[in-house]
Amino acid sequence: MTHKISYFFIFMFALCVASCNEDSVEPYVNVPTPSPLQIPQLFQDLILDPVIPSNNPQTEEGISLGKKLFFDPILSADNTLACAGCHSTSNAFTDDTRFSDGIDGLFGNRNSMPLFNLAWNYDNKFFWDGRESGLENQAFEPVTNPIEMHTTWAAVTEKLQQHSEYPELFNAAFGTAIVDSVLVSKAISQFERTLISANSKFDKHLLGTATLTPEETNGFNIFMDETKGDCFHCHGSDNNPLWTDNKFHNNGLDATFSDLGFGTVTGDPSDNGKFRSPSLRNLAFTAPYMHDGRFETLEDVINHYSEGLQDSPTIDPLMKKVDQGGVQLSLQEKADLKAFLLSLSDLDFINNPNFSNP
Amino acid sequence: MKRLYPLLAFSLVIIFGCSSDADDVVAPANATLTFSHYWGQTPITNSDFNTLNLTNAHGEFMSIERLRYIISDVTFTKTGGQTVLLEGYNLVDVTNQTNLSFTPNEKIAAGTYSNVSFVFGLINEKNTDGAFNDLNAASWNVPAMLGGGYHFMQLDGKFISANNAAQGYNYHTVRANDNAGPNPTFPQDTFFRVDLGAITVAADVEINVAMHVEEWFKTPYAWDLNVYNQMLMPNSAVQILMYENGQNVFTLEDTN
Repeated sequence: MTHKISYFFIFMFALCVASCNEDSVEPYVNVPTPSPLQIPQLFQDLILDPVIPSNNPQTEEGISLGKKLFFDPILSADNTLACAGCHSTSNAFTDDTRFSDGIDGLFGNRNSMPLFNLAWNYDNKFFWDGRESGLENQAFEPVTNPIEMHTTWAAVTEKLQQHSEYPELFNAAFGTAIVDSVLVSKAISQFERTLISANSKFDKHLLGTATLTPEETNGFNIFMDETKGDCFHCHGSDNNPLWTDNKFHNNGLDATFSDLGFGTVTGDPSDNGKFRSPSLRNLAFTAPYMHDGRFETLEDVINHYSEGLQDSPTIDPLMKKVDQGGVQLSLQEKADLKAFLLSLSDLDFINNPNFSNP
Repeated sequence: MKRLYPLLAFSLVIIFGCSSDADDVVAPANATLTFSHYWGQTPITNSDFNTLNLTNAHGEFMSIERLRYIISDVTFTKTGGQTVLLEGYNLVDVTNQTNLSFTPNEKIAAGTYSNVSFVFGLINEKNTDGAFNDLNAASWNVPAMLGGGYHFMQLDGKFISANNAAQGYNYHTVRANDNAGPNPTFPQDTFFRVDLGAITVAADVEINVAMHVEEWFKTPYAWDLNVYNQMLMPNSAVQILMYENGQNVFTLEDTN
C-alpha cells in the first residue's frame, strides 16, 4: 500500500515536470522585427517624441504590409482605387486636383490632405476637421466612404483573406493569418508613420549645410514678423520644424460657411469654419491649397492673407487687419515670402524609394 | 524562559519603532499649484469663451477665445530669508483646460514659510531661444528678431471697436524688446514674480491661485483696445504697460 502511494506521487511529480517543460508543444508565433522610426536630427533636437500607440509598435513586417496595402486598389469595391490614388507620392501624398474622384466618379468637397510627419500630430486629430482621433481610426474611413472606395470592411477582409500573399504577410506582421480591419488599419498606419519629411533646403540651412538666398532670408523674416506675415503663430517656426500647430483655425476664407469644418465635429458654433492648419512643408508639390483646394497657386494663398480676408464671427483673432482685407504685403514681400515657403519643400521626400509603389 | 525570548524581541521592536526620534522626521511634501480664472468675481472657463459678454475697465465689450500662459520657478522663502527654489515651468492652457494644476518635481520640506511665489513668464537666463522641446512643440516661441525665447502669455479674443465692429486682439506678453532684427535690445524685464504670502507646510499642500483676467485691462492702465489690439509683441512700451497691469492679476485663493 505504501509503495502504491509512493508510485502515485512520483507519477504526479513527473507529470508536473513534463507539463512545465518549455519544450512542450506550443504553436510557432512570428515575432515581427522592431523598426523604430528614424527621427530626424532637427526633430530630435527641437520637439517632442512622435506619438506611437503602444498597441501598434513599428515593425519591419508591419511597415512592409502597410506599404503594400497603401498602394493596392484591392481596398476599393471594384479594385480600381488605392490610398495612393488620392495620396500620390510625387505630390507629397496629396492629390493634384481640387477634389478627388472616388470609384463611382463622385467627388468630395475637401482637398486630399498631404501625408507626412503624421506621428508628430500630438493632438492626434486627423482630417481637415479633426473628426478622427488617431491615425489608425483615420485609416478606417476611406474604405467605406461612399464617394471614395465605397465598399465594406467585410468585403475587403474577405478579398485579402483569399489573396495568395496577404494572409502570410499578416501572419508575419501580427502573428495571425486571420485578416481583419483593425490589422489593416494598423499596418497602413505603420507605413504612414514612416513618411517623414525633414530634408528641405531650410532644414539644411538650420543644420548648417545650405545657405538661403537673400530673398528666402527676407521671406523668412516676413513669416516671423508679427507686423508683416505673422505666419508663425499657427505655422511653426525655425524652432518647430513641423511648420504647423495642428490646431483648428478660421483663416478668413469665407464670410458665411457652406462647410462648417471643426464645428460639425464639436457641435460648437464658435468652431464653425475652422480647419486644421496644414504643414507648410512641400508646398511645391501640394497645390491646390486650402481645405477645399480653392487656391491653385501659392500667389493666390499669399494674396488671400495680404488682402483677401473675409470677416466672420469665428475668424481667428490672429488674422490681422481684417478690415483692410489682410496684412497688405508689397509685391516684393510677397515674392520673398513665396521664395521662403518653397525652401521648405523636400525633394528627397517625394523621391524616396521607400515611399514609392512597390 | 526560552518561550519569553520572542515576546521580549517583539516588545523591543515595538518600543524602538515608537521612538520619539521618528516623529521629528517629516517627509518632504509635494507642493501643487492650481490655477483658476475670474472676470471680476465670476469664475471663467473655456465654456465662457467666444462670446462678447465681458466688459473691460475702459468700457469695451470683449471676448476671450484663447488663453495660455507660463509660470516658473516656484519659490518658498523661510522666515530668515533663505529661499527654496522648485525648478520647472508650467504652460497653463485655459482654452484646452490642460495644466491647470502643477506639481514641481522637487519637494518642499515641512515648515513655516514667510512667502511662496512664482515667476510669471521665464527669467531671462531661462528664456533662451528653442531651449525647451515641449514649448517648441506647442508653438510657444518668440521670433529671434524680437529676442527669441518664449511667450509669457497669449490672450486672444475680439472686442467691439469704436466703429461698432467686432475686431480681434492679441494681448501677447513677451520680454520687452527694441530694435527688432539681428541685435534686439531689452529696455526692461517684463517677467515678474508673484508673491502669494506666508504658508505653513505640514504635508502635501495645494496652493490655489486665481488669475483675475480683467486686471490685465484695468490697473493702473485702463486698456483701450481701440489703441492697442494687435501686433503688440515688438512694442516695448506696450509690453511694459502689460507688465505693470500684470502686477495685480494673481492672488492666493486658499491653501489646503
